[in-house]
Amino acid sequence: MRHRNATAYRFLTPYLLIFAIFWVWPIISSFLISFQATRTVPWRFAPTFNWGRLIGDPAFFNALKNTLLILVIQVPVMISLAIVMAVLLNSPLLKARGLYRFAFFAPVVVGEVAYSAVFRLMFSLDFGIINKLLNGVGLPKVDWFSNVTPAMALIMIAVTWRWAGYNAIIILAGLQSIPEDVYEAATLDRVSKVKQFFHITLPLLKPVIVFCAVLSIIGTMQLFTEPFLITERGGPGGGTETLGLLLYRQGFRSLNFGYASAVAYTMAGLAIAITLVQLWLTRDPK
Amino acid sequence: MTSRSQRRLGRSILLHLFLTPLALIWLFPLWMMVVFSTMPDNGIFSPGIELLPHDNFLENFNNLQRDTNFVGAIGISVSVAVTYTFLSVLLTSMAGWALARYEFLGKGIVVAIIFGTITLPYAVVLIPQFIMVARDFQLANTWVALIVPPLFNSLGVLFMRQAFSMMPAELFDAARVEGVKEWRIFLFIALPLARPMLAALAIILFLASWNNYLWPLLINSQPGAMTAPVALGTLIGLTKVSWGGIMAGAVMLTVPMLVVFVLLQRHFIAGIAAGAVK
Repeated sequence: MRHRNATAYRFLTPYLLIFAIFWVWPIISSFLISFQATRTVPWRFAPTFNWGRLIGDPAFFNALKNTLLILVIQVPVMISLAIVMAVLLNSPLLKARGLYRFAFFAPVVVGEVAYSAVFRLMFSLDFGIINKLLNGVGLPKVDWFSNVTPAMALIMIAVTWRWAGYNAIIILAGLQSIPEDVYEAATLDRVSKVKQFFHITLPLLKPVIVFCAVLSIIGTMQLFTEPFLITERGGPGGGTETLGLLLYRQGFRSLNFGYASAVAYTMAGLAIAITLVQLWLTRDPK
Repeated sequence: MTSRSQRRLGRSILLHLFLTPLALIWLFPLWMMVVFSTMPDNGIFSPGIELLPHDNFLENFNNLQRDTNFVGAIGISVSVAVTYTFLSVLLTSMAGWALARYEFLGKGIVVAIIFGTITLPYAVVLIPQFIMVARDFQLANTWVALIVPPLFNSLGVLFMRQAFSMMPAELFDAARVEGVKEWRIFLFIALPLARPMLAALAIILFLASWNNYLWPLLINSQPGAMTAPVALGTLIGLTKVSWGGIMAGAVMLTVPMLVVFVLLQRHFIAGIAAGAVK
């Protein structure tokens, strides 16, 4: 490769310009705004105004609790399901592979608004198809929208439906990059398929699974549309309010940019901390 | 031998017995979206179980058009997604080309920054972006507001860097010996060679723009400037609204993408899987 500063930067300039204007400056600006009281004109510097409020705000802790709860339940369930999907889709015994792939991968193209609307309708109390089917097999109806636990479960079901196939695509690509002869050798040594999965497949997939987990955690940390549209602005009574929704409410309903920026930085801090812990936990033992 | 092939058959049956119900559950919401979009509202809100499509789609669509100007919103969504995809593919492949084929001062820093932003939540830039675009630039409710801020994406650049760095250097060196300018080498040799990767990238970017919700919801909230998902979202939760209409809108947003997905599955999957294969 050749040393060409001018040529390289000519190719990079438009991209870096967008980056500087719409990312670098906002990252700095957001940090500064979080130290200002923004509901007075002009804004004034008040370092503890938003952060002090954050520490004592029950609405913040409620949103934090809900977000973390969704995170620790939904992400592992979804990643496990994605691994199962990918491994089974990769099986040489599978017939009509295309149909199964379509079924699991199709949600990847469905927009948040469209699927939120469908889930809302499917799970409605009296006329939702899910409750009708539950009744049909002799189970009681579930009031998905008025009780906190079913409402949280609904959010997790919806997100899992939307994203499991996405992760399965990535994991499947990882699976297909594992050389065939590793398995052939194991089969010759009479290692069972189940043992092969736990002792060959999973360890070799680890980097891909970590990648999926990190992306999923960052995505779930910012969860907004599902509680906004499916459970009606984080209902019942804030029971499904997430940090993303709190940020929206504070920033764009109450126009309290300072406080919303503090919430945003908390989300970023959490996402980075969790990612680092994840990378550390799954580091190579060497 | 017989017992081995019998075991294989047994395992195959087990596999399909497990995977088929799971696949049906996974398809169910999409199927119900289509069914709801063809049912009159009094059918959707009736006690019976209806699992097959009816013939009310057109009337539902008319109800949707009465509730919000959905056709206009679709027009905005299509134009924005096409423009965005073109610009974003150009920008990211230029940046990917520079990172793949040149040594330059500060390269390490640029790469580190791009990797770093992958783990940074979008929420951090959301508020200043909004203040800047809406207040400082006075660009709320314009196409520019929808297209320009999302032009920065990190995974696309890493994907294109990967694509260009896999090409043999002799290809470009031969052209350089002939005195061909660098931008011509990029435009007329490298880009055509990267066509499959460009297709994968374009599909993913188009889809991202088509489905984008939060940013358009914030920045283009005027009825005449809304994208289709935002226009549809405003109806969800209203009391006097046609749910059959909302479902017709959901179908119009989803089914074209499903068709594209089926036709271009390989590119789609390559684009999504590329994130992990570094």
